[in-house]
Amino acid sequence: MTGEATNQLPLADLHAAAGARFGAFAGWNMPLTYPAGVMKEHLHTREHVGLFDISHMKLFLVTGPGAADLINRACPLDARALETRQSKYTFFLTETAGIIDDLIITRLGDERFMVVANAGNAATDEAHLRALAKDFDATIEPLDRVFIAIQGPEAATVLGKAGIATDALFFMQGFEPRATWFMSRSGYTGEDGFEIGLPEADARELLAKLLADERAMWIGLAARDSLRLEAGLCLHGNDITPDNDPASAGLMWAIPKDLRADGGFIGRAALAAILADGAKEKRVGLKPEGRQPVRSGAELFDADGKLIGRVTSGGFGPSAGFPVAMGYVSASLAKAGTRVFADVRGTKVPVDVHSLPFTQHRYRKG
Amino acid sequence: MTKTYFTEDHEWIRVEGDIATVGITDYAQEQLGDLVFVDLPEAGRKLAKGDVAVVVESVKAASDVYAPIDGDITEANATLSSDPALVNSAASGDGWLWKMKIANAGQLDGLMDEAGYKAHIG
Repeated sequence: MTGEATNQLPLADLHAAAGARFGAFAGWNMPLTYPAGVMKEHLHTREHVGLFDISHMKLFLVTGPGAADLINRACPLDARALETRQSKYTFFLTETAGIIDDLIITRLGDERFMVVANAGNAATDEAHLRALAKDFDATIEPLDRVFIAIQGPEAATVLGKAGIATDALFFMQGFEPRATWFMSRSGYTGEDGFEIGLPEADARELLAKLLADERAMWIGLAARDSLRLEAGLCLHGNDITPDNDPASAGLMWAIPKDLRADGGFIGRAALAAILADGAKEKRVGLKPEGRQPVRSGAELFDADGKLIGRVTSGGFGPSAGFPVAMGYVSASLAKAGTRVFADVRGTKVPVDVHSLPFTQHRYRKG
Repeated sequence: MTKTYFTEDHEWIRVEGDIATVGITDYAQEQLGDLVFVDLPEAGRKLAKGDVAVVVESVKAASDVYAPIDGDITEANATLSSDPALVNSAASGDGWLWKMKIANAGQLDGLMDEAGYKAHIG
């Protein structure tokens, strides 16, 4: 999602000093690339450590005796079954099972949860959660934090050298290492990595240490996008929207099986109906033949020239070494190896349905 | 004798006799970032000033390159199909995009020289 830039990152001065080129994203003026360029930034993250300023994303603290019940209503999730420190990928759904936003929710304590939401949807998410909270004994507190992602195979080592212990944390776990800090082992690159929300002064102190390490460098939004696309991860607003449901989006793995039948979450009935009929279309990986990228918005056709889908994200995969894309195709065509055709400026580019991810995830699991 | 002209769209045009070689400026390649694909035109294609002649694709986006003058394409830089990054590393040299036969030399008069272009990009 792009738009007029209104919000400035608290650390904008650091990015400017690092030579960032800025651009608008989701109402924020964001660093798109640094002098190294998107290709080197992408590869550096896969080989060493990339630092991403993701302070445009929003952290909400949900607390109180009714916090778990509120989450169970808002999300297809069993918040009571989460262990302390456990993080889960989930959604806010509409009554018709459309995806309002995708989120990561972490249980911090018996009555304490952290919700991490997308920048472009933060205002919608907050209004949605507050409206639902009227029926529950729960408090919603948007946090004012700098949010930094530290991603790549050397992330744990570099953080360790900067004095941040990571041993106690495995993939999709999070906790509060200090009163005003939130830290999770998670990310948006397919690599091992961490996301840390902390006050600005603490962030400046930590970043000074991290940037002094030659293994770490700033990575812009352009490489963040190519990294997540290779990793097969959805961008809300492109690959998933309120017009897509979790079944069509291939995200049913995020919804516990027993909740599908009798969960109390909004959108359950509509989702059950979709599952009973079978999703009409499916999100798939797409690999264009040759070097020409196929981009978001391109229509997809079968060999007979019939419109059968669309591309929702597309670009070049620097690690894959070829163009990579994601999109929706008719359910009958959603098999790896199926040949379809993308319309690129009037030319039909052959595209094969491809399994996701394009580059293997390298998470550090327990 | 060769003479080089520049457009406000950040292209350079090197003129030798009635043939013009066209590329994008170093400033333009820096703005675009790493190129991964160049959609090259076929020789013989007739261009009118302002037509999209080439599409250059970076990791993130596709950008049009316009014909700065009228004329017929005589050659596209075939090296770019295997090495699009040549536009980044040698924008004003080996990374040229296409050559064209100049149809209307008078159109060159409206373009900038190097000093004018440098002032244009500040």
